[in-house]
Amino acid sequence: MGVITGILSSLPGALSQGVLWGIMALGVYITYKILDIADLTVDGSFALGASVCAVCIVGGMHPMLAILLAVVSGCIAGAVTGILHAVFDIPAILAGILTQLGLYSINLRVMGRSNTPLLKQETLVDKLAALLPKMSNSYTTLIIGVLAVVIVILVSYWFFGTEVGSEIRATGNNEAMVKALGGNTRFMKALGLSISNGLVALSGALVCQSQGYADVNSGQGAIVTGLAAIVIGNVLLGWGKSFGMKMISVIVGSVIYRIVIAVVMQAGWVDTSDTKLFSAILVAIALAVPVLIERYRNRPQVEA
Amino acid sequence: MLELKNVKKTFNRGSVNEKQALNGVNLKLEPGDFVTVIGGNGAGKSTMLNMIAGVYPVDSGAVVIDGKNVTRQPDYKRAAYLGRVFQDPMMGTAADMEIEENLAMAYRRGKRRGLGWGILKQEKKTYHEALKMLDLGLEERMSSKVGLLSGGQRQALTLLMATLRQPKVLLLDEHTAALDPKTAAKVLELTQELIEKNHLTTLMITHNMKDAIRLGNRLIMMHEGTIIYDVKGEEKKRLKVPDLLAKFEEASQGEFANDRMLLS
Ligand SMILES: Nc1ncnc2c1ncn2[C@@H]1O[C@H](COP(=O)(O)OP(=O)(O)OP(=O)(O)O)[C@@H](O)[C@H]1O
Ligand SMILES: [Mg+2]
Repeated sequence: MGVITGILSSLPGALSQGVLWGIMALGVYITYKILDIADLTVDGSFALGASVCAVCIVGGMHPMLAILLAVVSGCIAGAVTGILHAVFDIPAILAGILTQLGLYSINLRVMGRSNTPLLKQETLVDKLAALLPKMSNSYTTLIIGVLAVVIVILVSYWFFGTEVGSEIRATGNNEAMVKALGGNTRFMKALGLSISNGLVALSGALVCQSQGYADVNSGQGAIVTGLAAIVIGNVLLGWGKSFGMKMISVIVGSVIYRIVIAVVMQAGWVDTSDTKLFSAILVAIALAVPVLIERYRNRPQVEA
Repeated sequence: MLELKNVKKTFNRGSVNEKQALNGVNLKLEPGDFVTVIGGNGAGKSTMLNMIAGVYPVDSGAVVIDGKNVTRQPDYKRAAYLGRVFQDPMMGTAADMEIEENLAMAYRRGKRRGLGWGILKQEKKTYHEALKMLDLGLEERMSSKVGLLSGGQRQALTLLMATLRQPKVLLLDEHTAALDPKTAAKVLELTQELIEKNHLTTLMITHNMKDAIRLGNRLIMMHEGTIIYDVKGEEKKRLKVPDLLAKFEEASQGEFANDRMLLS
């Protein structure tokens, strides 16, 4: 019985964290699915968003402005990876690792230490909680998360429908064609990476405000979490072909992922220290299964 | 309209794989010229087109399009002047995007991309009309993903995209070679139609000698990185396949036996 109530009580928290981390997964979606690049900057830019946000808030800045600065910092981090990859032809994975590594030191510099708690400072969650005193913290966080997701999805939907946005999609699809039609594919890749990491930093900043601290290690494994959300979302809502539906499926995937993790933790099946291994295995399976299904479908047909 | 001045290109210079692909090519196209390009494998035909398009930089020489020296411009800048269709039907279109989205990008060739809508309502009418001309029924499937089309349909679409904005020069590199004979004939017919309708200056590489003679007003033959034969007008009209074979034999001597199969 204790397990069941434990699981139930952990659900609201998992739900709100799933939505906030979902924004990070949308950033990963832009690079991994739209640009066809595996970008490992993510782990660093998530923590960067959190660090910048925490330091700004501690310094007395309005939490909204702190989020804005966090997004800008993420965009810059993404642009660095973009320049390394698109201008200097460093393979995308390596370019991302280089930026990620550098960001670890930068994040320590930004905070001056490895962890910045937001003790007395007011976050967005606190501000909303003051307006809705009866609501639990998980639900106020959820409201903020859903609002942020709606804004991000609307803006992305608009942006990827514009001339520049179409060009980014086409670059991930067929570079030779984009060049033949006069598109600057290097610029488009750098821009896509920049936007993606801006979203990742936004997610980092929101998670920081909801948890009340920023930690230099908070982004560790973020890329795997993002991929997990994408593949889970695709398994559940893969029939939705429109861009809007794909973005929603990523958020749903992120929420389901958090709930699965919360359930296995509450049930005592895995320790906190095992969650990274569990995530890695989950994502490996989720990536492998579609390949196996495809291979099975295409197996040589033996005549009866 | 297009001028190549002593263009040279060597790949992998200084390594065992060093290959002189273009050995001083000179070529001048008048507006409206439709030039067919023939030559054996490795003669440098594709390299010549790639030099015009700026896919690789030239080692020496100059590329002039419509009076502008574009030798130092990167490929995506030169695209403002050029329409291109590749041999591989997959290369000219974005598979995961809709037919009309592909056309919309082609409609913006050489234009600055901004934050306006990627495709406007009134454009769709233009595309509908243009697709109708292909006679493949694509005008009824404008929001289908291009990946669902056959190779021939994709190549026809690429051709339309390359000519949607009048290019200064149209570059075709064996654009029907990957298609079955019937589809190839259809795409070739469409090519002729589009070129005539828009009075396009065109360079078309082909391995089919009959097509090379039948189409266009001028024919050039390449061998080992240079143009070894250049005919136009009446003289070209009187050409027969055996004449070309003889010319080829003269140039290549011993290698001819191998190339004969490829060219016939
Ligand atoms: N990117 C490249 N790197 C190295 N060598 C190349 C490259 N492109 C072409 N070459 C070499 O340059 C020579 C000319 O090639 P090119 O593709 O221009 O020939 P082609 O006339 O188009 O032949 P085909 O009829 O087979 O298409 C060949 O020897 C080829 O191997
Ligand atoms: Mg070739």
